[in-house]
Amino acid sequence: MREFSKWFMTAALAVVLLPAHAAINVFATMPEWGALAEELGGDQVKVYVATTALQDAHHIEAKPSLIARARSADLVVATGAELEVGWLPLVLQQAGNPNVRPGQPGYFEAATFVSLLDKPTRLDRAEGDVHAAGDPHIQTDPRNIARVATALAARLAAVDPANADTYRARYKAFDEKWRAAIAKWERESAPLKGTPVVVQHKAFTYLIAWLGLDTVAALEPKPGVEPTTASLTEVLATLQRKPAKMVLRAAYQGDRPSQWIAERASLKPVVLPFTVGGDAEAKDLYSLFDDTIARLRKGAE
Amino acid sequence: MFSPKLVRALGTCALCVPLAAAAATDADLTEIRDQIRQMKESYEARIRALEDRLKAAEAAAAPSAGAVPAAEPPAPSSASSYAASTLSAFNPGIAVVLQGNYQYLKQDPALYGFNNVQIGEDVTPGRRGLGLAESEITLFANVDHLFAGSLTVSLAPDNSVEVEEAYGLVTALPYGLVPKFGRFFSGVGYMNEQHQHAWDFQDAPLPYQAFFGGQFTQDGAQLKWVAPTDLLLEFGAEIGNGDAFPGSPRNSNSAGAWSAFMHAGGDVGASSSWRAGVSYLETRAVDRVGKLPDTDGNIAQTSFGGTTHTTIVDFIWKYAPDGNATRTNFKLQGEYFWQRASGDLTYDSDGSLGRTNTDTYSANQSGWYLQGVWQFMPMWRVGLRYDRLNQGSPDYGDNAPFLATSAFSPQRTTVMLDWTPSEFSRIRLQYAQNKERPDFTDNQFFLQYILTLGAHGAHKF
Repeated sequence: MREFSKWFMTAALAVVLLPAHAAINVFATMPEWGALAEELGGDQVKVYVATTALQDAHHIEAKPSLIARARSADLVVATGAELEVGWLPLVLQQAGNPNVRPGQPGYFEAATFVSLLDKPTRLDRAEGDVHAAGDPHIQTDPRNIARVATALAARLAAVDPANADTYRARYKAFDEKWRAAIAKWERESAPLKGTPVVVQHKAFTYLIAWLGLDTVAALEPKPGVEPTTASLTEVLATLQRKPAKMVLRAAYQGDRPSQWIAERASLKPVVLPFTVGGDAEAKDLYSLFDDTIARLRKGAE
Repeated sequence: MFSPKLVRALGTCALCVPLAAAAATDADLTEIRDQIRQMKESYEARIRALEDRLKAAEAAAAPSAGAVPAAEPPAPSSASSYAASTLSAFNPGIAVVLQGNYQYLKQDPALYGFNNVQIGEDVTPGRRGLGLAESEITLFANVDHLFAGSLTVSLAPDNSVEVEEAYGLVTALPYGLVPKFGRFFSGVGYMNEQHQHAWDFQDAPLPYQAFFGGQFTQDGAQLKWVAPTDLLLEFGAEIGNGDAFPGSPRNSNSAGAWSAFMHAGGDVGASSSWRAGVSYLETRAVDRVGKLPDTDGNIAQTSFGGTTHTTIVDFIWKYAPDGNATRTNFKLQGEYFWQRASGDLTYDSDGSLGRTNTDTYSANQSGWYLQGVWQFMPMWRVGLRYDRLNQGSPDYGDNAPFLATSAFSPQRTTVMLDWTPSEFSRIRLQYAQNKERPDFTDNQFFLQYILTLGAHGAHKF
């Protein structure tokens, strides 16, 4: 009997104590937010990333796997600014998890902590896939990552108060290291300033603003509209007047338009990882920017 | 932001500093410290953001040696012109679907009917020639902190208006529970919940046409439960009035339709996603008007009263290299229906053939379709569909001399090609060979457009 009560007490204690130590489930819509949550949360978070760097974030479906993961999530980390408008609201509606609905502490939108660029001057679908709030591809500027990190660390502490000190400590360490890394990237990329580039999709607005590159043209005639031979010919004419060094595309995009223009306008096609996992080198947030800068420098040679 | 505890504690501090420590417990103090720290962090973040913005503004203001093309007008400093007025700020999302087509039908659509399979009187391939198809208006929004609502009104080309869906959702329940109530497309099967403009072919597969009159709508309530597992396991049950085919309005206080369904789904690697399901639906009907070809080749009007049990097995598999469906993708989808009906059947119920007769009726029938759609390059897709009805051996009782015809299974083969220049528009060309009855085959050509405007629609799996 004593044996049993001892066993029972241990079991009861385990039940009471375990939840405090269990990692919280983070549902990140994009690989960069998954990576950031891991930097800030360490062992305290179990991160599920809904998409990969090789997928077009605009065109994800509310897949069964996403609904299942959102059901058990304690925190949803999304980009916002309408990037996930086609699928995240539906996933959250079907998951039956009120903790992660917009407006709850369990729902975090990175774009609300960053000043967005490229707000459309005309809100009209005739202008292509425009986002009313501004360009949502904020992760291409590491200073945005720093801003989001500050807010995300506070949010992790709010959602999981038992481990608040851990999140604060990890944030402090990350912030220091990240700022040093930004300084390093800015030094390395200084020669790139003013380099004229062409982009396939307007996906690099923040990167281009950060590094001071000069966008000569976009291959897509309108954002999200696949280039045609006619539209590429127009870009070619622009490039004859104003030549560029390289044409940038994200890892998830098809290479045909970039190749087409690269062959005719003699500029270098550069594939950027765009987010964590976009190529073999971009394994985490640090190597994402190491690799991005290395590829840009190679393209500018 | 300021909890009552914090305010109380601060008040106490201001009044009598030496007593503050005694007034607040250790736990309170820790909480207060936490809150102050959080406030500090939040303000630091904001200040940093402001500093960064200032820096960016300074950089932008500095002359940048003509890097900006002269033709580019300066961007406006704010988007305040889009700010909604107070009156419209709470307007729901509005989405509109516009559709129209050209249809070449070799056979007269008035003669549409399947060998030995009763179908609803309004099931036809549509009109011949140029025509407007169904237009749709959807309004949706959160109602409050507990509910969300959605209304879809369908405007038919004959100027009639129909409430296609009008439902409320409870959004605040925990544990994966999602209740829905009102009028909604039933969750049975796979395609049933999808609106017609989202289908990969212009028309519904034969089992949907024959056993559901196109699509089964519930007027009632649904409860879904998502299990807390990494693999999606979803269970649902519905109760409704059963007014829609295969049920009918019954002038009764009791429910006329019950259903239960289960879905499982997940991913296989990054490239494949799947979902499979089993569903069951029971409906009651009284004087349900339908049509059935008779031995003389007439499309006779029939009237059915009784119970119908429908079981569906469905699956869908979607594949895209690396899960990036924008360039190329493939989907394979199929559903199998079993339908058992028993009750009374009145042959020639409108008396137009002068042979009106009522007797018992029972049938065990099935039907299925299998379709594949391949996006072979951005914007372009091709599709192939095969569907079939198995008449079983219906027992017509005394009506047998009028109705029993040959053992022939209606079947159809369809091919389609569509062009989707953006997420919001699609133009489709479709050809079908529909073998409805022995010696009665229809060749159908469709050219169709679908335009979507307004609020961004959901990418349903």
